[in-house]
Amino acid sequence: MDLNYSADELAFRDEVRAFLNENLSPTLSEKVRLGKRLSKTDHEEWHATLNKRGWLAINWPVEHGGTGWNAVYRHIFEEELCLAHAPRTVPFGLSMLAPVLMKFGSKAQQDYFLPRILDGTDWWCQGYSEPQAGSDLASLKTRAVRDGDHYVVNGQKTWTTLGQHADWIFCLVRTDAEVKAQEGISFLLIDMKMPGVTVRPITLIDGGQEVNEVFFEDVRVPVANLVGEENKGWTYAKYLLTHERTNIAGVGFSTAGLAHLKEICTKQMSGGKPLLENPYFAGRIAQIEIDLMAMATTNLRMIAKAAAGQAPGAESSMLKIKGTEIRQAINDLTRRAVGRYAMPFVSEALDSGANAQGVGPDYACAASPGYFNNRKLSIFGGSNEIQRNIISKAILGL
Amino acid sequence: MDFNHSEERRMLQETLHRYLSDNYDSEQRSASVSQGQGYSEKVWSDFAELGVIGVLFAEADGGFGGGGFDIAVVFEELGRVACVEPLMASGVMAGHLLSALGNDEQKALIEEVIAGDLKIVSALEEPQSRYDLDAVETMAERIDDGYRLNGTKSVVIGGPSADKLIVSARGEEGLLLFVVDADAAGVERYSYPNLDGYHASDIALVNVEVPASARLGASQVVLPILEAARAAGVVALCAEAVGAMEAAKDLTVEYLRVRTQFGRALGKFQALQHRMSTVLIEIEQARSALINVAGHLSAEPSLRDKHVSAAKNLIGRVAQLVCEETIQLHGGIGMTEEYALGHYAKRLMMIDHQLGDVDYHLERFVGVMQTEAVREIS
Repeated sequence: MDLNYSADELAFRDEVRAFLNENLSPTLSEKVRLGKRLSKTDHEEWHATLNKRGWLAINWPVEHGGTGWNAVYRHIFEEELCLAHAPRTVPFGLSMLAPVLMKFGSKAQQDYFLPRILDGTDWWCQGYSEPQAGSDLASLKTRAVRDGDHYVVNGQKTWTTLGQHADWIFCLVRTDAEVKAQEGISFLLIDMKMPGVTVRPITLIDGGQEVNEVFFEDVRVPVANLVGEENKGWTYAKYLLTHERTNIAGVGFSTAGLAHLKEICTKQMSGGKPLLENPYFAGRIAQIEIDLMAMATTNLRMIAKAAAGQAPGAESSMLKIKGTEIRQAINDLTRRAVGRYAMPFVSEALDSGANAQGVGPDYACAASPGYFNNRKLSIFGGSNEIQRNIISKAILGL
Repeated sequence: MDFNHSEERRMLQETLHRYLSDNYDSEQRSASVSQGQGYSEKVWSDFAELGVIGVLFAEADGGFGGGGFDIAVVFEELGRVACVEPLMASGVMAGHLLSALGNDEQKALIEEVIAGDLKIVSALEEPQSRYDLDAVETMAERIDDGYRLNGTKSVVIGGPSADKLIVSARGEEGLLLFVVDADAAGVERYSYPNLDGYHASDIALVNVEVPASARLGASQVVLPILEAARAAGVVALCAEAVGAMEAAKDLTVEYLRVRTQFGRALGKFQALQHRMSTVLIEIEQARSALINVAGHLSAEPSLRDKHVSAAKNLIGRVAQLVCEETIQLHGGIGMTEEYALGHYAKRLMMIDHQLGDVDYHLERFVGVMQTEAVREIS
């Protein structure tokens, strides 16, 4: 065994660090570090910066304009970005739709959409969840009825992340209601500017509006926008979901979050001393750091397997559960660390570029909203309960 | 990065695995447990012959291993069968001390250890030392041509079968170590079985006179070397725990598959599935912590000890989870002495009491963490 990166991998890491040094603006990284909400422009600028360097599509093959990196390189890259407090790239086009199009889309769809994802022309969002179909995805009800060269779509999607910025949405729609739930589903690409599409933001308990409801009322979608075959959408959706999910463990987020937490604890006082010297609080942080050290290795073990061509499969469910538990625990302690200043809530102060002032130290404003916002981690992407079901079946054979 | 064992280690692991599956069944285990000295001479000499003791030592000492992962592969297999032969006591820590501090004559003992002819056990902890290797009340008083030792060592695992002991004592020169014959005049052993089937001794040293040549590492500061030996011991314990956890998990999954209640297999109940998947996830964490500590055994001391404390704390917590959950998921059967699960469960909990428990290592980790944080931020 050798727990160290190879010389090549270390050189690559230095290259990434140098790139971030030169290209990630301190203003932007400060916003990320302090947990502010990023604007559409923030996202677009970062997307363009990465694309210019050729480091945007880190999970795409080279022939489509991706980096062709293996799992270890992707891991190093993502970790460095997190540690530098770079914005997260919006994954819907890049790492969700693109792999599906590459595997199941028509040549025309690939040629048209993939370059537009790279150059930022199209912002994609995901239309999977519905009010009555969350983790039980197959029970979705949005209907697409064939009418000549078009599908007529009616229904509602929800929890559509950053849908307010999106130009396109990839949707699972029901094209056959007579068959078994999984069999009558199709995968459809819908232009958000079409008549009949309405987006309504949902305000969450942290005051932010990152998710939306999307309504479809007699939206006429050209048949050319069907991906693959009609009624085979479930296969593509599963491919998307089980397609090797990069960074699912979020080790970089946790590492950066833990460093941020410790820094807060050197500034916050408790009994006349920095909070980090309070044995009980320090013990709670230590416990999480210990868990994170082990999970970083668990993550690398799975990555090494993936890099060696063994698909991670259900093991990504383990990473999702443990990774989100650790991130939530860090959020919890960060909220506790700021003490009374966990209470003031000036939502506008969290908006990127806003003039509103928060109350208390700058790092305190996002502490409680961040805690509440990240309750989502154990809910989305298949709740942690669903992940446990997967582990029980796929790994334990129960 | 490479998470695979080398070819040699894999072969040793397979050999030991096969040997234990064929020879260390529950009957053999209870035979070893019921021996007054808590081990089987036959198994011990087989271990020596298979190279299981030799792999715990570096080539310079006549072995063919001695690294963190060498220790880990051996003890994971021992853990899998809840083996009670005192290999850790004799091979790992005492071996490390002899190797790091011994003069030629003392080092020559290693050869006999590897051959299985001699058992040397370190007796470092005391009734009031609570896992602290520096809290030593045993006194080493200078006499003309040597030292006179007085004190008590507590719960020395492998003590009953030890031929020689390495004891720590405080003298004018500071903390000292001595190699003492276990049957020397004044060495009083009170031996007993532990809850997990290992055998141990409380050892009173009453005016034990040893020659100056019995002192180990005559001119060296021994505490850092004791910490290094403990690090090797922690690797062994963590590996043993991971093996025991895997075995307990396998038993439980199998039980959940076959045992039916309310007309269906227990494993079909979601409440139980979720508990079992949590156990699985945490065992993966334990394995990662083991890899971390084994991989850093030869790192510089502060980094090494950070991993020692992280691993011992995490594995202590996970071991308790695995112990409690697997018993619960089994129901009453899991509580019977006859059924193997209990052996794993008991061993897992007792490992926490060796070389520092969950709280002890959390406190040590906090110390490292605070130092690092201040360094990074300033």
